[in-house]
Amino acid sequence: MSKVRILILRVPGTNCDAETAFAFQQAGAITSIVHIGELIRRERRLSDYQIMVIPGGFTYGDDIAAGKVLANELRLKLGENIQRFVDDGGLILGICNGFQVLVKAGLLPGKTNGNSPSLTLTANDSGKFECRWVHLSVNGQSPCIFTKGINSMYLPVAHGEGKVIVALEALPYLNIVLYYADEHGGREADYPHNPNGSVANIAGICDASGRVFALMPHPERHIWHTQHPQWTRQRAKEYGDGFQIFVNAVKWVQSS
Amino acid sequence: MHRIEVHLKSHLPDARGLSLVRDIYDLGITTVSKVHVVDVYWLDADLEPDMLELICQSLLADPVIQDYQYETATQGRDKVSKDCHVVEVAYNAGVTDPIEDTIMKALQDLAIKNVKAVKTARRYLIKGQLDEHQLGTICSRLLINPIIQHVVKAKLLKFPQSPQYRFKLEQVHLLEASKTELLEVKQQFGFTDDELQAIVAYFQQQRRSPTDVELETLAQTWSEHCVHKTFKGSIQFGTTTIDNLLKSTIIRATEQLNKPWCLSVFEDNAGVIDFDGRWALCFKVETHNHPSAVEPYGGAATGIGGVVRDPLGTGLGAKPILNTDVFCFAPPNLPYNELPKGVLHPLRIFKGVRAGVADYANRLGIPTLNGAILFDKRYVANPLVFCGTLGLLPKDLSQRGQQSPGDLVILVGGRTGRDGIHGVTFASEQLTEASTTVSYSSVQIGNPIVEKKLIDVMLQARDRKLYSRITDCGGGGLSSAVGEMAAETGVRVYLDKVPLKYAGLSYTEIWVSESQERMILAVPPDCVQELLSLFASEDVEATVIGKFTNDQRLQLLYQGILVCDLSMEFLHRGRPQLQREAVWEQPQHTEPDFTPPPDLGEALLSILSSWNVCSKEWVIRQYDHEVQGTSVLKPLVGKNGDGPSDAAIIRPILDSKMGVIVSNGINPNYGEMDPYWMAASSIDEALRQIIAVGGNLRRVALLDNFSWGNTSRPDMLGALVRAAEACYDMAIVYETPFISGKDSLNNEFQSEGETISIPHTLLISAIGVMEDVNRAISMDFKKADDLIYILGITHNELGGSEYFRSYGFVGNNVPKVNPQLARELMDKLSLAAEKSLVKACHDCSEGGIGVAIAEMAFAGGLGATVHLESVPLGEPIDRDDFILFSESNSRFIVEVRQENKDEFEEIMGNVSLAAIGEVNDSKVLEIYGLDGRKIVNKSISELKEAWQKPLRW
Repeated sequence: MSKVRILILRVPGTNCDAETAFAFQQAGAITSIVHIGELIRRERRLSDYQIMVIPGGFTYGDDIAAGKVLANELRLKLGENIQRFVDDGGLILGICNGFQVLVKAGLLPGKTNGNSPSLTLTANDSGKFECRWVHLSVNGQSPCIFTKGINSMYLPVAHGEGKVIVALEALPYLNIVLYYADEHGGREADYPHNPNGSVANIAGICDASGRVFALMPHPERHIWHTQHPQWTRQRAKEYGDGFQIFVNAVKWVQSS
Repeated sequence: MHRIEVHLKSHLPDARGLSLVRDIYDLGITTVSKVHVVDVYWLDADLEPDMLELICQSLLADPVIQDYQYETATQGRDKVSKDCHVVEVAYNAGVTDPIEDTIMKALQDLAIKNVKAVKTARRYLIKGQLDEHQLGTICSRLLINPIIQHVVKAKLLKFPQSPQYRFKLEQVHLLEASKTELLEVKQQFGFTDDELQAIVAYFQQQRRSPTDVELETLAQTWSEHCVHKTFKGSIQFGTTTIDNLLKSTIIRATEQLNKPWCLSVFEDNAGVIDFDGRWALCFKVETHNHPSAVEPYGGAATGIGGVVRDPLGTGLGAKPILNTDVFCFAPPNLPYNELPKGVLHPLRIFKGVRAGVADYANRLGIPTLNGAILFDKRYVANPLVFCGTLGLLPKDLSQRGQQSPGDLVILVGGRTGRDGIHGVTFASEQLTEASTTVSYSSVQIGNPIVEKKLIDVMLQARDRKLYSRITDCGGGGLSSAVGEMAAETGVRVYLDKVPLKYAGLSYTEIWVSESQERMILAVPPDCVQELLSLFASEDVEATVIGKFTNDQRLQLLYQGILVCDLSMEFLHRGRPQLQREAVWEQPQHTEPDFTPPPDLGEALLSILSSWNVCSKEWVIRQYDHEVQGTSVLKPLVGKNGDGPSDAAIIRPILDSKMGVIVSNGINPNYGEMDPYWMAASSIDEALRQIIAVGGNLRRVALLDNFSWGNTSRPDMLGALVRAAEACYDMAIVYETPFISGKDSLNNEFQSEGETISIPHTLLISAIGVMEDVNRAISMDFKKADDLIYILGITHNELGGSEYFRSYGFVGNNVPKVNPQLARELMDKLSLAAEKSLVKACHDCSEGGIGVAIAEMAFAGGLGATVHLESVPLGEPIDRDDFILFSESNSRFIVEVRQENKDEFEEIMGNVSLAAIGEVNDSKVLEIYGLDGRKIVNKSISELKEAWQKPLRW
């Protein structure tokens, strides 16, 4: 079976590219960290890859608003290519800053039953950058292919603008994948379980196809058990909770 | 010209506004009910309304949450209701605003090309009854720092026109100067008498007067910051003459230890050690004290930016993989009437420094995993900001490069402006009241994304072997970087080739500017094209500005005219050695006299709540400490991830089990009694932390960072000598070489006839190589019924302790170190840890046994019962409070399983230890005194609350 090829987009201010590549490599894929200029200048083609990742970071300094400038650049300079990539069955994963970019570029939440809810991400309610570990409850009903078979995860967040804002009426048209939860899985948990004040505790969403997925927490930072903040207290499994997301994506491509 | 305002829709909470309301309340102004923060953008362009709509909708505003107005909406804007006050703040001309560059780029993406320039401002709508004085207080204490910002009237904002510079060669007529004129030159450039004499003699020999840029170059190259002339000077200390304190203590220890794993020490921008035979680690800690005192945010941010470029400029370039930051401030609750004139309040400095460090390091994607924050009133005018970076590079690239004559000088990264002009000489001089108003040109803001782009492309150029040598442009700018790099070869630089941020810089300003985010490369001619196109492909500027020669001269040209022509010999070896006197007398403090309080539980709570001991979680969580995915032991550990870790551990290569431990030791309180024991304690503390997390002393390297008062005072210098001597004595016994260091002297402030000197402050930073990260140990208690041991000897050593400080005393019994005993203990403890016999371990430092055990209990969510009567003592002590809170060095609290008791004790051999209690499920800490009476009985939730409350902002 030929190896799955992953494009990890690098832009000025991207900073989680290496560990994201590592996670996919552990899951058996071949990764290329590609500078946006290489795509714009057509030195590399998106269509040579099966999965595109927009990793965490502060693209263009997150000046004006997090992810905004890259979102415009993608929309205006690579919009058609990306749309074709998605239409042809490609997978897109946005982590943290990547979530902000995908939303602001209009690639998420996308249309569900003819409705496309207006959604954005903005400053945390605490007014602070928050680096902390959160419990996540996975929506088993979501079409997301990245989270198949996962019920819950424990992952770190590290962001200042992770609060999802969306009208409550629009929730039925949103494919929510992850909720911030308490340690028992309760999805109504307040701060600090919900670290940013997201509406309905939303931590990750996907499009109707389940192939475009974005989340604020960082699965690539929980690949090994020694990344778990309490690993010195308990005997843990070898792999961290985030690993399955990468395995799922690679397996899905292999089997489709 | 267009003006655009963007603000949150009114039904949404404004986090920036809410935090300002709290800050205003903290100033004692209670009438403000609401603050709205509005982002203002000025575009220098003439655009049609549909274009402006496009810009607002798709770039400047987020239509889901924000509203915007442009142009016409600005009319009548300052007519606001009586209880709403409007303040609009913009950056001063010449201050870098990174957002402006980004907006220009984004406008290009939108295919809008006819915008000439962008400015940003921030508008505050403050609701509540305020008189003019109160509004002024809010502005000056919270909204504006006049060094970088000013209030704008809505319609008066002007885009500054850069004056054109017309070349004129400036000469300083030294040879025929009068005494008064010579004195002026001496003061202007900060030369000593000897230095000026040497300069006059040199130019007499040349039979010409120097140019201004030649004197600037000498001033930079010979400054304390660049050449450490006090440490390298000749010091008369009593009857002994010390020729070069650095070489005779710190460097001497490293030379004597002669460890094969020390790859590059004291010769590059950072010290380098072998990691695993294939990779090397380099480590550097710097200070950015003076800039942080006048502009905390920008000063601290550029401190990070600067220290990150040290590893990047070490060997042939290292990837930055971890940051550590240590701050010293005055207490945040200092009454305003105790604030010296011309000084920013410590709370503002603290918040500004924290934000500057976080914004810069987070954007670079470097995890901030280690640090400390200390408080003392004497840091009020001279806060200390230590920033450190650990780098990783291939071992075969760890040696400093060497250029060949003919290699080109290439400047890469950011453009050059007036930033930080005279920063180095500023850093070496005392701060005075006037510094906060006149030294504006010393202040820099910094742009982390420019640096991030630089790091990304530099490491590619390194791996493609496109340059022969690299160094960073830091203090002293091109003058330092190019001048030092070319010391052995010679160089010719064409100053008019340097890309500028704005027109109007003179050739001298270009040469000494300290604009951030720049590096210098030496590039062989056949690599130049490939290097330039690589940099261009990632949109990072790279410019050939000169050529290395073989004539051992520093030659600068501007528009074809030679403006500087100095021999490298004179520049680098012509400085007369500094002559200083030093004295040392043991100070005597009042020996405390108070009766022990009956309930030591209350005393424990109060120490846990002290600024120095309390939880720093508020700071830690605003740093990204997980980026790069390398963390193994995080700064916060335990059951709920909120206990204080002794040291950080990372796994820099994600598929290798080898780790690096990073720790720091600092205790300025002890310096008041004896800087020798302060230094010894700091080293012991840094090493204890490495041992406590499961490390060992087999491969541990140290950095020293001295921040001192005015060392032209003999007593100050004497204290420095004492501290440096201890560094030698300790390093030799522990076998932990120093690999690099830095000093910041003259941290003294004069105001209204009063002189405030900082406490002698030595930061020891340590890195240790760990063979297997799976052996890491955290400090939280793990399981009920486990035994609690104390290792090491407790002495009556409460001088400088948190306990004495809580009573307002310093005392005299400074904690000492017996390095032989300590080393034996540490080695054995490492062995026990390698055999998995240690379940939790915490070092005893501030607050002694009491604080250590309390922290272990609440971090583990478990109770404990402890008996002081079995604690091994160095001499008879009859007071429970002294045993509980003594800060004797080289002690650990260790948790051991009952079934491992014998094996553990056997391994520890003749080390002084005792089982002093047990962990239990009670969630209460009970401590029994010498007479068997219960002296502490506190729930762990109460202890934790006391510890967390002070900095829960």
